[in-house]
Parts: sequence; structure tokens; C-alpha cells
Amino acid sequence: MNELIKVNNLSLGYDKKVVLKNISFSVLENDFLCVVGENGSGKSTLIKGLLGLIKPMKGSIKYNNLKQTFIGYISQDTSVDKNFPALVSEIVLSGRLNQKNINCFYNNEDFEKLDEVLKRLKIYGLKNKSFSSLSGGQRQKVLLARAMMATTKLLILDEPSNNLDYDFKKELYKILEELNEKGVTIIMITHDLDHSNLIGNKILALRSDDYFFGSVLEYVEVLHHGK
Amino acid sequence: MVNEIINMFSYDFIVRAFIVGILISLCAALIGTTLVLKGSSMIGDGLSHVAFGCISIATILGFAPLEFSLPIVVFVSFLILRINENSSMHKDSLIALVSASSLAIGIFLISVVKGVNIDINNYLFGSILSVSFEDVIISIILSIIVIGLYVISYNKIFALTFDEKFAKSIGINVDFYNILFSSLCSIVVVLGMRLTGSLLISCLIIFPSISAIQLFKSFKGVVIISSIISIFAFIIGLFISCFYSTPTGATIVIINLIIFIVFKLFSLIKKSI
Repeated sequence: MNELIKVNNLSLGYDKKVVLKNISFSVLENDFLCVVGENGSGKSTLIKGLLGLIKPMKGSIKYNNLKQTFIGYISQDTSVDKNFPALVSEIVLSGRLNQKNINCFYNNEDFEKLDEVLKRLKIYGLKNKSFSSLSGGQRQKVLLARAMMATTKLLILDEPSNNLDYDFKKELYKILEELNEKGVTIIMITHDLDHSNLIGNKILALRSDDYFFGSVLEYVEVLHHGK
Repeated sequence: MVNEIINMFSYDFIVRAFIVGILISLCAALIGTTLVLKGSSMIGDGLSHVAFGCISIATILGFAPLEFSLPIVVFVSFLILRINENSSMHKDSLIALVSASSLAIGIFLISVVKGVNIDINNYLFGSILSVSFEDVIISIILSIIVIGLYVISYNKIFALTFDEKFAKSIGINVDFYNILFSSLCSIVVVLGMRLTGSLLISCLIIFPSISAIQLFKSFKGVVIISSIISIFAFIIGLFISCFYSTPTGATIVIINLIIFIVFKLFSLIKKSI
């Protein structure tokens, strides 16, 4: 397996405040990595670092065969305005802008890709619906579709918080697992990972002063035998 | 009626106000859509007060008002943007602060400095008589720039209006576009101030988009309809103000208000069906 991302001795933070300290891990192609940790443990900060929105204070993030702007990022649907006047097609197409330069008009290829992605996520029927008329689950799928327009190599998902209904969550996990089986590498931040809903093959658990990185099996071991 | 309208256009100042007004209305609507949807509609209001302060100073010192205030307003818009990024102060408090101070400084200076022949009302509430030939030329050039940039980067503008974090993650230079928007907004404010006055210019930016959002559910729809509303409200407002000698700025704002109420009613009816 090829290494897709290599994070080495990374420290991240804002201004002078360090949030994450000396983290090292790597993501292989076709991995499904879950990032867990309490609120304030630095999960979101790590994602910002991976996306290049903030610069490392120390250490490095290296990408192999992957440009940083070619990551499919799925924001929490709470971070977008639910009443924003936009059609599903307008939103999903905007994921394609990472392949555009000054000329940012969409061409036929982009529209074909749009149909393909919407069909793949089984939301083709929503194409001309307005974003504000969708349910929470549908909105999340639209944001997933937008990310898949940007790339199908690496998706980074900031999972919606606990208030999402259980059925939708199961469905989202199923979609992600299917994508993963077809070769998409996934990194997911999750807020309530416990024994009942372990997903993926690797776990990065952030705690206030240390962290765990390893396979899901190893993580279960650690949980059972205490710290 | 038709004769009266034709007659109206025999006056040079009406023709000038008509051209500048349509261009400014269009630009204001385009920029306004993004500002409204990003929740920063008050920035236009703040900048218009800064522009008032600048024009007062320019008049006292004997500088050309437009050329003097434009760079300063653009600069202040950058300041608001920067301070906003890394400050503990809330955005609206900051804008309110800047806006009230500028207005106060402007009014203070005008009343203290003796021998200045200036009608404050013209600047506060606008006057179509004050649109000069030079303003027309500057408006045409700047409008072409605003509309051109908007059309070229339309898809990117959508992306960063909808979700700034995602836009950043796919490599759109969000900081650059924020600066661009602040500059364009400043230009619209300074040019539009001549027509509607400093106190009412922010309406030109905010109202058309808010009305359009009530009824239209796609971004493209909102952009197009708000542009049409903006130009329509300006033309009707200008005609009414000429025929009944009402203040132009206030008339345009009231037309916009009526359009908003009608659109809101329609959207409520649509929802209840």
C-alpha cells in the first residue's frame, strides 16, 4: 500500500496557543481513519491543518501523489446556512472549482460528472431542488456529493454531531464503507465512537496530553485494558 | 405621461443621474447578494458614513470629494476586514463605532469651519443635481470593472458565499476575494452616495437581495432578480421624485420597501398553500 499522507511530529495551534502537540501518523491508500477525542482535543484543528487552512507550528504534513486542494472536504452541515438560496446542482458543482483557474465556468464534462456523482449517492432526484427544502440527511449527502466532485481519492469528513438521527447515520456509514471498498481513502472525525459503531480500519484518538494511533483492534484492546 | 418622460430627459442632469443610477443599482445588487447572504450587510452602512466624513473633510480642504474619499473608504474597508479577522470585538459593534464616529467628525467639522458653503442635506440624503459629467465617466468605468469581475468569477463567488471553509479547502483564495469585495463595496458606496445620500445608500445594497431571497430559491435566480429589482426601483423612484419633487434617495428606498413587502406576502401565501 502506498502512503498517501505522512504526518510527522506535527504541532498545530492558533496564535501562540498550542492545541495539538507532536502528533505523528500516516494514512495509506484506501485507509478508513477515524479521528476521535473529546471536545477541545483538537480534532477540528487537525482537519484544518490537513486541509492547509492553518500552517503547522512545528513538524510537517506530506502528501504523496495528492495536491492539498484535491481533498474532498465535507463540512458539518451546521457550518452552512440552511436557508441559503441555492439549488443542489449549484452547490455540488462548486466542488469542481479546484480544477479551475481564472476561467471558472463549468463545461460539459463537469455537468456529466455532476450527474454521475448524484446518481452514485442516489440523490439524482434532488438535482434541481433547493437546499433549504432538504432534510438534514439529504443536506449531508449534498455536501458529500460536493466533496466527491473535488476528488474521489481522499475524503475528509467532519461528521455531524450527535443530534443526527440514527437511521441516517447508519446510511451515511454504509455509503462511506461502499466508497471505501471502491478505493476511496477516508478520514472521518467522529464525536461518539464507541464499541457499538466502530467503523473503518484505523483510529486516531486524541486526548489532552497524548494520543493513540493504530488499528481498530488495537484500540479496542486499549479500551478494555485501561490506559 | 410619455411626453413628460421625454421632456424629463431633455435635462442633462436627469440623463446623468439616470445613467449613473442604473449602473450603481446593478453593481449594488450584485455585491449586496453576497454581503446579505454572508451576514455582513451592515458593512455598506458603515462605509457610507465613513464616506460622508471624508467628503466633509474634502470640501473643507478644497479637494475633489470623489477622488479624495474613494481611497480612504477602500482603506477603511480593509481595516474593518482585518480587525474583524483577529479581534475580540464583535463585527457589528465595530461597524457601528466606525460609522457613528465618521458621521460625527463630518458634521462637527462642517459646523466648526466657517465660510464653507456646503449643504449637508445633499450629502446625507442625496441629490441628483450633484451628479457631474465626471461622475458619469467614473461610474461607467467602475461599473464595467465590477460587472466584469463578477461575471468572470461568478462560480467562485457562489462557492465562497455559500461555504467559505470549503472554498478555502479547494484552493480558492478567499482572502483575495474578501479584499476585492470590500473594495467593490466601497466604490459602490462612494458613487451611489451622490444619488441616495450617505444615510440611505446601504438600502441599495441590501434591499434588492432580501426581496429576491423571499421568492427565489436558486443563487442564480436571486442574483438576476435582485439586479432587476434594483434597477426597476431606481427608475420608478427617479420618475416619481421628478414628477412630484420628492427626495430621490428616500423615494427609491420606499419603492424598495414596497417591493419587499409584496415579495414577502407572496412568499407567505406560497408557503401556506
